[in-house]
Amino acid sequence: MLRKTELDRPPVVRLGDAPRGDFFAGGLEYNPPARGVWNIVHTGMLIPEAHEIFACAQGCLRGVILTAAEMNALDRMSWISVSEQGMFDGTLESDVVDGVSEIIEGLPYRPRAVLLYLSCIHLFAGCDFDIIIEELSEKFPDIDFSDCYMTPTMRKTISPDAKMRIRLYNGLKPLPVDERSVNIIGNDRATDENSELVRIIKDNGFTLRDITSCKTYDEYLDMAKAAVNIAYLPTAAMGCDELSERLGTKALYLPNSFDAAEIRANIAKLCETLGVECPDLTPFEEKANAALVSAKSAVDDTPIAIDFTAVTQPFSFAKLLVENGFNVKYIINDVLGEDGTAFDALKTLAPDIEIYSAVNVNMLHFPEEDHEKVIAVGQKAAHYFNTDYFVNIVQNGGYYGFTGIAEIARLIEEAANAPKDRRTLISHKGIGCESCI
Amino acid sequence: MKNVSKIIPCYAADTSGVCSALYEFGGMIVVHDASGCNSTYSTHDEPRWYDMRSDIYISALTETDAILGNDEKLIEDIVSAAKDRQPAFIALCGSPMPMMTGFDYEAVARDIQGRTGIPTFGLATNGTRSYISGAGMALEAIVSEFVHDMPKEDFDGTAINIIGATPLDFGLTGAVESMKKLFSECGIKVISSIGMGGTLDEIKNAASAKANLVVSYCGLPAAKYMEKEFGIPYICGVPVGEAGVVASELHRAVHDDRSGYMPIKRGQDIDGRAERLVIGEAVLSGSIAYEWKIQTRQAVDVLCPPDIDAELSPDKKDMPMYAEEDIKAYIKDRGIKEVVADPLYKYIIPEGCRLIELPHFAFSGRCFAKDMKDPTCNDYLDDLVLVINKKNK
Repeated sequence: MLRKTELDRPPVVRLGDAPRGDFFAGGLEYNPPARGVWNIVHTGMLIPEAHEIFACAQGCLRGVILTAAEMNALDRMSWISVSEQGMFDGTLESDVVDGVSEIIEGLPYRPRAVLLYLSCIHLFAGCDFDIIIEELSEKFPDIDFSDCYMTPTMRKTISPDAKMRIRLYNGLKPLPVDERSVNIIGNDRATDENSELVRIIKDNGFTLRDITSCKTYDEYLDMAKAAVNIAYLPTAAMGCDELSERLGTKALYLPNSFDAAEIRANIAKLCETLGVECPDLTPFEEKANAALVSAKSAVDDTPIAIDFTAVTQPFSFAKLLVENGFNVKYIINDVLGEDGTAFDALKTLAPDIEIYSAVNVNMLHFPEEDHEKVIAVGQKAAHYFNTDYFVNIVQNGGYYGFTGIAEIARLIEEAANAPKDRRTLISHKGIGCESCI
Repeated sequence: MKNVSKIIPCYAADTSGVCSALYEFGGMIVVHDASGCNSTYSTHDEPRWYDMRSDIYISALTETDAILGNDEKLIEDIVSAAKDRQPAFIALCGSPMPMMTGFDYEAVARDIQGRTGIPTFGLATNGTRSYISGAGMALEAIVSEFVHDMPKEDFDGTAINIIGATPLDFGLTGAVESMKKLFSECGIKVISSIGMGGTLDEIKNAASAKANLVVSYCGLPAAKYMEKEFGIPYICGVPVGEAGVVASELHRAVHDDRSGYMPIKRGQDIDGRAERLVIGEAVLSGSIAYEWKIQTRQAVDVLCPPDIDAELSPDKKDMPMYAEEDIKAYIKDRGIKEVVADPLYKYIIPEGCRLIELPHFAFSGRCFAKDMKDPTCNDYLDDLVLVINKKNK
């Protein structure tokens, strides 16, 4: 049942009435206490033997430093604070160069790479980042410096997350291309080894590299050997394109769809690019369908809520579940992403699904309202619908394709059968990272 | 360089100070920022976020709005949210970007108040200063808006307000409730806690108090305001373990009608070379150092990195010290043997010096929150000294 329509800015819209694009008018934003999604600190730490240095105001530093502290990685992070005076006295660039130099010279180890993050105010003030990187590279020729950005004010142009996934591969330099090697680009967790994506690559004798499995900086540098770079997350697509263009290799974007035809098309595209025979995907699909049947049996008609942090294509996932008889009632998402086709289809298939904003101010007390028992897919959905029955994943959990559908269906079945310690799980920052709390 | 840190964190910033100080009063606090401030505050600087709701939002500032100076969007968004949320007041503070664009907080606040009829104040934070600064200006604003002169509480003992307690310094340890209980046993009644553990209705009666107790430097601007406007004297100090010294100082303040400090020393101890050091917020650290000194009869120094501009140094020997390299050098050069400080200071404690861990939420956030203790509980200092003695054996 739709509520809150009497509000000046209601946080909910019926899917059948929702516009394409932004579902809600912009305004002040609330931040729910679900912390599983990775940020630019977590992502940067994926580069082995790299050190992160942030230059920004104290308020901005605080979040990144404590991200590192909570993941027990303070020894891989340093910072330079920017004062009011520092913004206006012409020392913007020299302060950063001097600060970074002092940090590097005082570190107990020599990092192979330094990720230097500047902030909104630097760019707004016209800071010359190129000069900074140039000077530092001359001073420390054994270290690879990468210009990185903590620029949330520019999120409408390109999100800090997507930008980070571009800069993540900046250290890669051209190497002789190995035609039998492939990278998966821009993911923050390993792709399921059993997925048809990984199996096709490995079963055909290709070497698969992925930053999440790199243990040394040299292994990371070896990623430059790949003939094909594959991305499947929306925030990784630009990074994949940029890297491939820079190294003169192939880029392949295979979005993580839940639509059988799209999955088949993606796999066909992969096989064509690799020059291998496309396997019969029927067994994979049958397994996915069986898992959905089993999950449906466990869930019965319990309402399902899906949020955009759990799966990158929430409408595609909702459509799959609706087609398999699940009672999908709620989706938490503020803006339509790459699953517009599924969104359009749902307007006919399930127009009464309610889309809720994740950030609208009127969602503040939503968890305390009366809710029926809901099974949530994602932390934000679990929080807002006040349920301990939830699937605790972000960014598809590393699952992909038909195998991914089967795995997420299994997780839904698990969630239906056993409550979780919601408070502990959603308070943990960056699912998959260490946490000291 | 003073603004460089190789490993230890920085303290919570002024924006977090504003939000933390005003959290429980039923207002709407808006941070003019893109997105980072709200996430940082609600994740790392606010332990109440999960269990206690508060209308704290960001403006979701974009590059385009910043460049084009689109203040009207912010105003409309706040007016719209206020219509839906019906807050008791609106506080508007900001991050580095509005500082860059010269955003006029007071003017925008007046505009919003005019459109909504809700008391609104602008607090010109910019994310480059400590939480002490933000919380201080927020509590002063709330007092100047809602506290009006009134007859003194009809109470035989001393009626007081506790000013400046926030989870950033005290965690969620029940410290305010403990203080109320502690004081009630020695003829002191708490009218309001202007900070955590208080309500706006209680604060409206704050001028009926005969004295104010400032328990963190965050509370000093509000206390000074009330001294000037209502003639209420204040005392700075935290009853560490027992009410004794603080209670007598409060009675004295009322009797003499004179503000003052507990006999704490901030910066270098005047009685001689100290081999012991407390690092943290000025009032709480000073109070711990004082009690520690009384118990052990040995000098104790205090360093207060989050508030180097604090005026709480009766000995005028403040050390403007917040840089990692300076703190490290201070401990090493002076041969400090024992340091009471947040556990994350472990990275810069030299060999041969002991760290007695005292988690400080404004420094290490959630990392050691579960280990924080109520400083007013009876065995707080005993435990601390016992730990030290045990380690010394």
